[in-house]
Amino acid sequence: MAKMTANETTAGKRGRHKMSRTLRSNLITFAIVIGFFVLMEILIATRVLTYSLRGQLVPICAYACMAISLNLVVGISGELSLGHAGFMSIGAFTGAILSVALANAISNEVVLLLVCMVIGGMMAGIFGFLIGIPVMRLHGDYLAIVTLAFGEIIKNILNNLYVGLDASGLHFSVVGTEQLGMSNGKVLLSGPKGAVSVNQISSFVIGILLVCVCLIIALNLIHSRSGRAIMAVRDNRIAAEACGINSTKYRMMAFVVSAVLAGMAGALYGLNYSSFIPSKFDFNNSIMILVFVVLGGIGSIRGGIIAAAVLTVLPEALRFLSTYRMLIYSIVLIAAMLITNTPQARNVLRNIRLRLKGSRGQRLATDVVSAHVADATNEANAEEDGADE
Amino acid sequence: MSEFKPRVKERRVDTKMVPLPSDVIVPERDVSETPVLECRHLGIDFGGLRAVQDFNLTVGHTEIAGLIGPNGAGKTTVFNLLTKVYQPTRGIIMLDGNDTAGMSVPKVNQAGIARTFQNIRLFSRLSVEDNVRIGLHNQIKCSMFDGILRTPRYFKSEKEMHERSLALLDVFDMADQANEVSGSLPYGAQRRLEIVRALATNPKLLLLDEPAAGMNPSETSDLMDNILKIRDKFQIAVMLIEHDMDLVMGICEGIAVLNYGKIIAKGTPEEIQNNPEVIEAYLGKQVEKPARTQADEAAEAVAPADGQGEE
Amino acid sequence: MSFLSTIINGLSLGSVYAVIALGYTMVYGIAKMLNFAHGDIIMVGAYICFYMMGLFGLSPLIAVAISVVGCTVLGVFVERFAYKPLRGAPSLDVLITAIGVSYFLENSALLLWGADPKTFTSVVQLPALQLFDGQLIITATTLVTVITCVVIAIILTQYTKRGKMGKAMRAVSEDRGAAQLMGIDVNRTISLTFAIGSGLAAIAGVLLCSAYPTLTNMTGSMPGIKAFVAAVLGGIGSIPGAFLGGLLLGVIEMLARSYISTQFSDAIVFGVLIVVLLVKPAGLLGKPVNEKV
Repeated sequence: MAKMTANETTAGKRGRHKMSRTLRSNLITFAIVIGFFVLMEILIATRVLTYSLRGQLVPICAYACMAISLNLVVGISGELSLGHAGFMSIGAFTGAILSVALANAISNEVVLLLVCMVIGGMMAGIFGFLIGIPVMRLHGDYLAIVTLAFGEIIKNILNNLYVGLDASGLHFSVVGTEQLGMSNGKVLLSGPKGAVSVNQISSFVIGILLVCVCLIIALNLIHSRSGRAIMAVRDNRIAAEACGINSTKYRMMAFVVSAVLAGMAGALYGLNYSSFIPSKFDFNNSIMILVFVVLGGIGSIRGGIIAAAVLTVLPEALRFLSTYRMLIYSIVLIAAMLITNTPQARNVLRNIRLRLKGSRGQRLATDVVSAHVADATNEANAEEDGADE
Repeated sequence: MSEFKPRVKERRVDTKMVPLPSDVIVPERDVSETPVLECRHLGIDFGGLRAVQDFNLTVGHTEIAGLIGPNGAGKTTVFNLLTKVYQPTRGIIMLDGNDTAGMSVPKVNQAGIARTFQNIRLFSRLSVEDNVRIGLHNQIKCSMFDGILRTPRYFKSEKEMHERSLALLDVFDMADQANEVSGSLPYGAQRRLEIVRALATNPKLLLLDEPAAGMNPSETSDLMDNILKIRDKFQIAVMLIEHDMDLVMGICEGIAVLNYGKIIAKGTPEEIQNNPEVIEAYLGKQVEKPARTQADEAAEAVAPADGQGEE
Repeated sequence: MSFLSTIINGLSLGSVYAVIALGYTMVYGIAKMLNFAHGDIIMVGAYICFYMMGLFGLSPLIAVAISVVGCTVLGVFVERFAYKPLRGAPSLDVLITAIGVSYFLENSALLLWGADPKTFTSVVQLPALQLFDGQLIITATTLVTVITCVVIAIILTQYTKRGKMGKAMRAVSEDRGAAQLMGIDVNRTISLTFAIGSGLAAIAGVLLCSAYPTLTNMTGSMPGIKAFVAAVLGGIGSIPGAFLGGLLLGVIEMLARSYISTQFSDAIVFGVLIVVLLVKPAGLLGKPVNEKV
């Protein structure tokens, strides 16, 4: 009895120490976000920031949220989604429509933006659920291709959607603007021309706020009973089911929450421009977000945000390279993948990661050994599991 | 085991429960006459192959049962049938009097069967404690919204999970490893953790698939003690697949022997050990020496054995 | 009559998809990676052929041959320097590298050959086939495309079934480690796979642009995606599956375009894919690999 109590206390202490480590890591992430905000505001106030870079601030926030969203699916749930730009576009176009439709009802721009983002997120979430029903029946590469397919379907439908607003409300058509049946009203969505009269109400402040909200939702989900279940299903689906966990339910949960975050990010993004087209949210866009997540480290929320910010700005910052811009970007991408995967690089990265985790010097050796063993076990299990699905 | 007798009344059972925090109690076992597991004519076909056929078995509450047989006999297949990884093609599985037909893998675990795997299946990237918390997933509930919004209910359930996980780990002296990454544990510890995780799901029947694989005699002896401890403290039935006969004969009260998908013998360890069919299944048939005929003897006299001429 | 014409056009488009899909599926089956740059190799093949014919005035056959050689070299080169170093890496990293290569090819083409669309002259300069008193006109390009695809599919299936290299490829795709232990040169096998795939891509590019003459640096992108879908539809890793998937996709796309709606044809094609995968989760000819418990 006494032995048990002593153990509980020691483990409790360790437990509390562990909690504070997670908490500490999360606080660092928030600090980075808030720090970025403060820094940018200073640069704006002192007129150091160029106009073009200023225009990137809202997109950075939006793509940071997209990185968080995709990390929930790819990193935490372990599924490859190649159509996430589709959820972003649902949020963007919903937001675009509502920004005009509700402009009279809501005079405060900030509130209007928040409402558009929330409803955009909800819409994306609903579609996430509907799309999730067939998607969850599949696994691995087949799941990936179906997400790609849905992304293209969404783009195709939006390319043919016409929406108008007049005194009697919203009108929809899949044929053309004339078929909207409006005498005099505003055309909001014009098929391939996309959203044409957007109420530009996005702001950097709300963008940072959204990043923080997405962070809170994602990090809280991960460090909760549901998050553990999602990760268990990722690590070993059969074992998770043997522990009574409904794998479909939790994979769906990650997918839908991710879709909601993506929808909100999309609304923020869309309302930053006077107009935008459905083709903006195509397969290439989905891949771009995937690159953010992979470069930032799969499963690392903080890494994804940083990668999203850097890589969104990079094409603009490299503007001086003009035509060679994308070429260099692609070379950097390949080089980054090659470099981070040489055996020497892997060891260096592992040591850096362990050091950053705050382990003490003595533990470092055992951590390195443990990590090697963990890797070997993971590889063995992955080979075993990889033969399925 | 072919005829179920309620054994609970006969055995001296150590009913001292695990000292858990006061608001957590291991549920009372139904120590009634119903067996915890009853399989009747259970079978599964894979295409033309009858992997398991006419499997009849009864296991009582808090009984320790063994399932043995040569490799490929279908033992793990039986476990997969019981846990619904495979849906049976024939037969009935009754768990504590309830038919488990049509249940999915998670559902049958919620109904009361937990298992470990032949090849360890831990959540290797999660910590030891998190692995146990996964086991407690359906015992201590808290919704996604509670988690995201961090309601008081979230904090209460996390605290309860933490305490319960440590209590469970402590039964196997693993509480001080709670924060280790489970994939980095030594092999024996990983096996123990898998058992703890299975126990966390609060089963009525625990299936252990080759729990002693890769263990030396002293570890095996510890395992035997642990299994008995599990049975006594948690009041559950245990069924194990094993090749280590010391373990099987040492702790199993009833043993079923499987060969080519069929049960060839059922009984106590003594009965099984002396069963000729069982011996044959493991060692092969004893070959009778053919009787010597007169012709054989004559042939031998004419052609002496080699080597004699040399001398 | 127009229905038959639609089907034939669908088969032709499907043949192009099938040839591209064959490259995807072979590389996936043997090197276990999704080569997203495959679609852009098509584009490179078309450009090489275009310039060989246009700039150097070479005959179509020779231009195609040079294009095939060029793309084969390119494919082997890319594999050697971008994919081989990542043999043991997580598959997502390999995917991102493939995407990098894809961007690289698209942007290099943009810089080398300009953004203005080129008009590709068909490599098939034969008269069209007239059937049913001129009611049904099949262009020579269409005919050659379909025949080429069938020939390639037959050759490839036979090659992988018999032949030492073919057996080696199948062995590597089943179990790379065991194949190595049996003395198979895995590196050479994988390089050969990429070589064949890229050569096929060149042929696909040439045929695609012969039928749809506009050529830009992004020409390979959408067909690449559609061919990837076709490969999965047929069961990724299965050569007959890629063939079947490609043809089916082409026919469905043409039918959707003609009879349902041109604008929504993409959505319909992808919709069909989803429906098929729901019914057959491993693709039409794929074998579901069950995990041993």
